[in-house]
Amino acid sequence: MIRVEGLSKTFRDGFKALIDVDLEIERGEIFALLGPNGAGKTTLISVICGLVNPTEGFVTVDGHDIVRQYRRARAMIGLVPQELTNEAFTTVWDTVSFSRGLFGKPKNPAHIEKVLRALTLWEKRDNRLLELSGGMKRRVLIAKALSHEPQVLFLDEPTAGVDVELRREMWEVVRELRHQGVTIILTTHYIEEAEEMADRIGVIRRGELVLVEDKRALMRKLGNKELTLNLHEPLQGVPAALAGHGLELADEGHALVYSYDAASQEESSSISGLLADLEAVGLRVKDLHTRQSSLEDIFVSLVRERH
Amino acid sequence: MKRLNLQSVKTLYLAEMARSMRTVLQSIVSPVISTSLYFVVFGAAIGTRISEVDGVSYGAFIVPGLIMLMLLTQSVSNASFGIFFPRFSGSIYEILSAPMSYVEVVLGYVGAAATKSMILGLIVLATARLFVPYSIEHPLMMLVFLVLTATTFSTLGFIIGIWADGFEKLQLVPLLVITPLTFLGGTFYSIDMLPPFWQTVTLANPVVYLVSGFRWSFYGISDVSPVVSLLVILLFLGAAVAVLRWIFKSGYRLKP
Repeated sequence: MIRVEGLSKTFRDGFKALIDVDLEIERGEIFALLGPNGAGKTTLISVICGLVNPTEGFVTVDGHDIVRQYRRARAMIGLVPQELTNEAFTTVWDTVSFSRGLFGKPKNPAHIEKVLRALTLWEKRDNRLLELSGGMKRRVLIAKALSHEPQVLFLDEPTAGVDVELRREMWEVVRELRHQGVTIILTTHYIEEAEEMADRIGVIRRGELVLVEDKRALMRKLGNKELTLNLHEPLQGVPAALAGHGLELADEGHALVYSYDAASQEESSSISGLLADLEAVGLRVKDLHTRQSSLEDIFVSLVRERH
Repeated sequence: MKRLNLQSVKTLYLAEMARSMRTVLQSIVSPVISTSLYFVVFGAAIGTRISEVDGVSYGAFIVPGLIMLMLLTQSVSNASFGIFFPRFSGSIYEILSAPMSYVEVVLGYVGAAATKSMILGLIVLATARLFVPYSIEHPLMMLVFLVLTATTFSTLGFIIGIWADGFEKLQLVPLLVITPLTFLGGTFYSIDMLPPFWQTVTLANPVVYLVSGFRWSFYGISDVSPVVSLLVILLFLGAAVAVLRWIFKSGYRLKP
């Protein structure tokens, strides 16, 4: 759906915001772009949407070049910017209708109503934007982006400054859009958001796209698991019979922690072996739980690694 | 030439007009009051001491100049604010990411600014009727001058709105350039009334040509030939369009 090839952007002051970025985004997927502040996430989105001129490289949207066939390319895109940028004195209905008209689409009150209802803005349609809360204003920006029925939706930090409940509501809206076939690209600081929503994840750092990976594959590849065994009786040290399992003592001897690679085929037999050995030495387990590395752990380790 | 996306232009134009309409009272009352004041001060008080200029009563003589004064200042301020505000608030992203050509963006913004200033010019014309009788000898040419001047100065205002990086700069050109040039451009006098040296200096002021041409369309009298006036306006418009072309091509202050 979107093809980015050799894209670079150097600003007038010499700052290299993007360095030779190659990226392909599939139709209908949710792609999350992760990266620290100033990494180039917004610049990448801005180039694709026509807000920033690229220095080198090219981008196509559904085969349409964003420079030479900008009308066709842009007509397919809806953009929700990071900043709340609304005209304070217009009403919700007017500003959303304005966005549709700006994209050259004829009036369609039924569609505007559908969008406003989906974003729970229908009751507020006659309110002026200055009367709305921050979360509501962000929803208005989403409604504006959806007003012209885009096939690709860019969400730049969509849930920044939004409360948990509203964030979950927005995730629902995004899922529903994907269900309708809309391709979604979101940038986010919230790893939880990428973990919850994305099909694929790209990590950008200092203008370079350092990794693009299927989310599950990424978590499998880089994800470690920990099995914690809570014991009835505390131990002074790891029993010699269990030394081969690489266990660590925790919680002042009340717990044993076993780290393993969740993706490895051999590990499941090791867990069985560990449990058998525990029984053999007569250790009684009160409780157990496992923990898998979150995307956040993976992300932090990835960014650190490349520093 | 590629087909214009009229729906987008219409949307932008109507939104800009609606923005002006939100302050409709101020928009109408302000020119009516200022025109009335000019007539009281220049028409009634000073005008009684100047009987006629080129065979036209002084009160009637200043009508075209007053309309020009309103047209120039309003065109520049409407158009500059129209584009500056979305730049300032950040909502310009929507215009830049829309499938619109630069010509369409300019048509929407400049068209709305020019329309509004023309409406105000006509309000001044109607208000003047309350104070002095006047005639319009060449009504069609009067409209041509009105439209061309409003369009040219709205284009200039649009450029100022892109160039300005703060509210101070936004006010700078209208305050320091447009208003003095208008007052010194024969709004309230014929340049024949000046000493020969100042007559020559005044000819370097482009507003002289606008006021002179516009006054000719009313009374058939002018300081310079109406053809020259028309050419000067077209030259001005051409220069402003050339600057706009460069702005959009280079992305100056719009697209980094």
